Amino acid sequence: MRLKTLLMAGAALTLVAPAAMAERGADGQLNIIYWQAPSTMNPFLSGGTKEVEASSMVIEPLARFSDTGEIVPILAESIPTTDNGGVSADLRTITWKLKPGLLWSDGTPVTAADGVFTYEYCTHPEGGCAQSSYFEGIASMEAVDDLTLKITFTEPKPFPYTALVGSESPIIQKSQFENCIGARAPECTEQNFNPIGTGPFRVTEFRANDVISLEANPNYRDPAKPAFASVLFKGGGDAESAARSVLQTGEFDYAWNLQISPEVLTEMEAAGRGKVVVAFATSVERIHVNFTNPDPALGPDERSVWKEDGSNAHPILSDIRVRKALSMAIDPVILTEIGYGPTGRPTCNVLPGPEIYASTANDACLVQDIEGAKALLDEAGWIDSDGDGVREKDGKELSLLYQTSTNAVRQQFQSLIKQWWGEIGVETELRNISASVFFGGDPASPDTFQKFYADVEMYTNNFSGVDPEAYMANWICNKAPRPSTQWQGENITRWCNPEYDALAAEFSKTAGLEARADIAKRMNDMLMQDYAMIPLVHRGGTSAHANTLAGVKINDWDSELWNIADWHRVK
Amino acid sequence: MTDATAGAAPVAQSRHRSLWGDVWRQFRAHRGAMAGVAVFGFIVIAVFLGPLIHTVDPQYLDLRARNAPPSWAHPFGTDNVGRDIAAQVMAGGQTSLAVGIAAMAISIALGAFIGVLAGYFKLLDGALMRLTDLFLALPILPLLLVIILLFRDTLRSAFGPEGGIFLLIVVVIGITSWMQTARIVRGEVLALKEREFVLAAKSIGTRERRIITRHLLPNVLSPILVSATIGIANAIITESSLSFLGLGFPPDFPTWGRLLYDGKDFLTLTPGRVIWPGLAISLTVLSVNFIGDGLRDALDPRIRGR
Amino acid sequence: MFRYAMRRLLVSIPTLLAISFIIFALLDLAPSDPTANLPLTIPPEVREKIRASLGMNEPFIIRYLLWLQQFLVNEPLNMIEQWTGWTIGDSENRLRVISWATRSPVVDLIVERMPQTLWVVGMSYVVAVLIAVPIGVISAYRQYSWFDQIGTFVSMLGFSIPTFFTGLLFIVIFSVWLGWLPSIYDTTLVVDSWDSFMAQVRQMIMPTMVLALANASQISRFMRASMLDNLNQDYVRTARAKGMKERTVVLLHVLRNSLIPVVTVIALGVPTIFGGAIITEQIFRVNGIGALLIVGIESADIPLVQTLTFIFAILIVLFNLIADLLYGILDPRIRYD
Repeated sequence: MRLKTLLMAGAALTLVAPAAMAERGADGQLNIIYWQAPSTMNPFLSGGTKEVEASSMVIEPLARFSDTGEIVPILAESIPTTDNGGVSADLRTITWKLKPGLLWSDGTPVTAADGVFTYEYCTHPEGGCAQSSYFEGIASMEAVDDLTLKITFTEPKPFPYTALVGSESPIIQKSQFENCIGARAPECTEQNFNPIGTGPFRVTEFRANDVISLEANPNYRDPAKPAFASVLFKGGGDAESAARSVLQTGEFDYAWNLQISPEVLTEMEAAGRGKVVVAFATSVERIHVNFTNPDPALGPDERSVWKEDGSNAHPILSDIRVRKALSMAIDPVILTEIGYGPTGRPTCNVLPGPEIYASTANDACLVQDIEGAKALLDEAGWIDSDGDGVREKDGKELSLLYQTSTNAVRQQFQSLIKQWWGEIGVETELRNISASVFFGGDPASPDTFQKFYADVEMYTNNFSGVDPEAYMANWICNKAPRPSTQWQGENITRWCNPEYDALAAEFSKTAGLEARADIAKRMNDMLMQDYAMIPLVHRGGTSAHANTLAGVKINDWDSELWNIADWHRVK
Repeated sequence: MTDATAGAAPVAQSRHRSLWGDVWRQFRAHRGAMAGVAVFGFIVIAVFLGPLIHTVDPQYLDLRARNAPPSWAHPFGTDNVGRDIAAQVMAGGQTSLAVGIAAMAISIALGAFIGVLAGYFKLLDGALMRLTDLFLALPILPLLLVIILLFRDTLRSAFGPEGGIFLLIVVVIGITSWMQTARIVRGEVLALKEREFVLAAKSIGTRERRIITRHLLPNVLSPILVSATIGIANAIITESSLSFLGLGFPPDFPTWGRLLYDGKDFLTLTPGRVIWPGLAISLTVLSVNFIGDGLRDALDPRIRGR
Repeated sequence: MFRYAMRRLLVSIPTLLAISFIIFALLDLAPSDPTANLPLTIPPEVREKIRASLGMNEPFIIRYLLWLQQFLVNEPLNMIEQWTGWTIGDSENRLRVISWATRSPVVDLIVERMPQTLWVVGMSYVVAVLIAVPIGVISAYRQYSWFDQIGTFVSMLGFSIPTFFTGLLFIVIFSVWLGWLPSIYDTTLVVDSWDSFMAQVRQMIMPTMVLALANASQISRFMRASMLDNLNQDYVRTARAKGMKERTVVLLHVLRNSLIPVVTVIALGVPTIFGGAIITEQIFRVNGIGALLIVGIESADIPLVQTLTFIFAILIVLFNLIADLLYGILDPRIRYD
């Protein structure tokens, strides 16, 4: 599959309407439940998934990613490429053409100036825009004419589809937000709750963290859509009861993000009112191995701090044989079956998709090998000499502190892995930390995932969109969190390999999908074969919809509600 | 309860020992109380001696027998990762009973102490009641997060991972739940200290400590006993919610409250996961309540000998 | 009594200021972060900018004084303006207390959530008191009768089974199996006809009952214990000896003297009506004040949590004062002066 054909196919796709010719608003009300309620409709002020998805019904980008991960034009007429001249040969500019005749929901025309304004709004230094990374590397953005938007990059950009692409960076209306730029952004409550958009619906009432009422946008570009006259978007509660309200009581039509025990989900689905749908993108649940010494006896400038000269290495885990043994003792297949069922797949890669980037070189990890792990630990000099079931070396016990956030599935994974590691003579102390602390960036807290005051820790990470360049750059040496960076940085494992850093630099300069895929796979394999992380499960986005709702194409690359204009009632 | 009666004990013993004989006779005649003692005793024995008979490791994950129905090997069935529910309920009971009773004792002792002082001494009333208002107003969750931040690592190194956390949990529950008892006791004491028998005791020059222990405490015993019953239930449930903040016991350490919480989604699939821990909590609270009832009646001289 | 009440009210002001400072310090110390809930795809530099835009880099004392000014001066002024339509000073640039997560005024959020909180949590408290007091009285009067034993058993279940479980059980029985009641509360429902009134009643039944069960259990136990203490007092014998009707003795004399602990419990309970019921609101998605508070805590929305807890503190101080005044009415021997 080449990028060009992908793009063309995507463009063609949108022209074929899956729904039968219907009348706008003919299907009455659509009830959606998100167990985390959106707090605003402005995704630039809150980057949470729930806010991004809710606002995707109202405001739209130039292009977005379809359920198969292809780029499809939304407000743009087509996707610019080097072949059609939309992207310059030196990869420094991209020129988008808007569809002619587009109207905002208040009836005024959409122009390229709105796109430029969005860029200015999000890059204002005092605005605190949550999506500003989408606008990185842009030298200027200009409206050539009413329908032409030209973006110039500071350096050649092999993958230029970031700004104003995908539901995280949609276009907002200039005349509505003109006075809300910079420090004034948070004061514009009315605008942030009721943005004027181009999407199939518009807000009639927004109750923060509770419920959103929407109605069909009278100025939507397709006169036959959306099929629903109104949407009730309810939030709050927990995933389990959200699933129940769709699958068992039938009060709602669509429920989002149902991470609950697979057997419970299967039982609910058996009631026959609705079905569970899954889409896979790039989320991987993995164990991070600490390459630095987290000994509590060390001071704050030493404990879990990466040193450029390679000192302060982890006393146990810096030996690759130990890391490999820990990985061999784990059975990702059983973990997936217990924790995720059909909504997850066992994986051996930290970069599981899009398909073209997925490596197959590490698949041996899927098979558990307890005996092999024991032999490896023996070889590494870890022997149980005092017969207490725990191996020692030089008077030090092979004992690890294993932390993660509080979450029913994660605690089950902890128990399972503790048992397996126990079988190979590794003692494990478990700790779980409230998610709001664990994922918080408070440099004063000892319990954040960045500080990593533990030997191993487990969580899920992913990247948005389809291009892994920024994601794979997470593991370069100087991205290790440390006091001098206020403990910020994505290289949580503190793994460091100059060869990898060189590959990351090469990646950012390489154009052409195949060459890029080759580099990405090599980087993935380098991480996996050094056991810097132990990948466990490739997690899918899981939702449920009522049997009476048709047109749902669940999408983990973009907003799940990306094609809500096509949703309709089964008659 | 022990704290409340302890105050009256030395006084009574110094006079004639047969008083406690009377109390014991009266207590034994109380059928509800004896049933309570029997049930509570059974729970304690089952929880502490049961693991000697049913020797399955509560943490062993039997991956081939997940969500299993009750059988000889697993009398209460297994959960969704193949842990034996019977063994978990027993192991959880050891922790929950210890936490429940210890935390309740702290909260009752603190509440009764502050309540009596505030009610009896007018000078202390204002300050102590404003302190109570403060504790009532503090948002519990952020408070707990701060406590973990400040004390977890210190306690962990001083008492080990489990001992340190036990101490932390018990103290945290105790110091965040004494306010209701304190306000109730104070309200009662305010009324009691104006009654004739207290005035009479004062007029013959009885010392204040003696008035409090001999005249006031026995008369506020019933609301304290009710608070104690509710306190045990509260502590057992609160412990389970603490574990979601990372303050509770490590995730491989079962307690009744956590078993109930983890099992609730499996209500229709493996009902044993909620029935057994739920039943254990209810029976514990019920039996403690009946013991409290019997104790109250036995200590009330107007009922005794009736 | 009046002088006592006035003095207490005056003392409340420094007390509340001290409480507000301690709460603020506590929230500031707590290791949570408003960007913790964002996806990990948002890089740390961007998070740092978000925190800066929220004013988190200002010194602690400045943030506290700013909040104090916003809450005690700007918000009341704004409220007066809204009621009267006047313009006082520079109302355009007057900063209100703004929530970090929603970027909207905290007071508006609270007002938006009052109706469902008062309906569900308030109603459940009324139901609880109405059930609990008679049950407590009868249980004590007929101690160890069948009525008493059943009452004891049910109330033990009531407070030993947590609401997260009773709520779920109710949903499984009444929504899934029987299909009688909705499992999700619709806050947009407008009551303007008989049908919508019935819909409102139907959606209120389960959350109200779950909460009422838990509260009634507690109140009835205190009521019973206190009645038992009083039934054996000398004044009861005297009243009976004087030939008073049994009903008068029990309901007028014993009940009145037994109310002190019950009044305390209820006075402690009324502020919690405003505080909402976190778990029950979550289960049935009532999304009242309790849900607002827990979402605020989880997303480290300090202005929201600070404002909510402070209003809560005011109510606690106020209702404890009311309880103290009621003691004096119930038992005239209690004197404060």
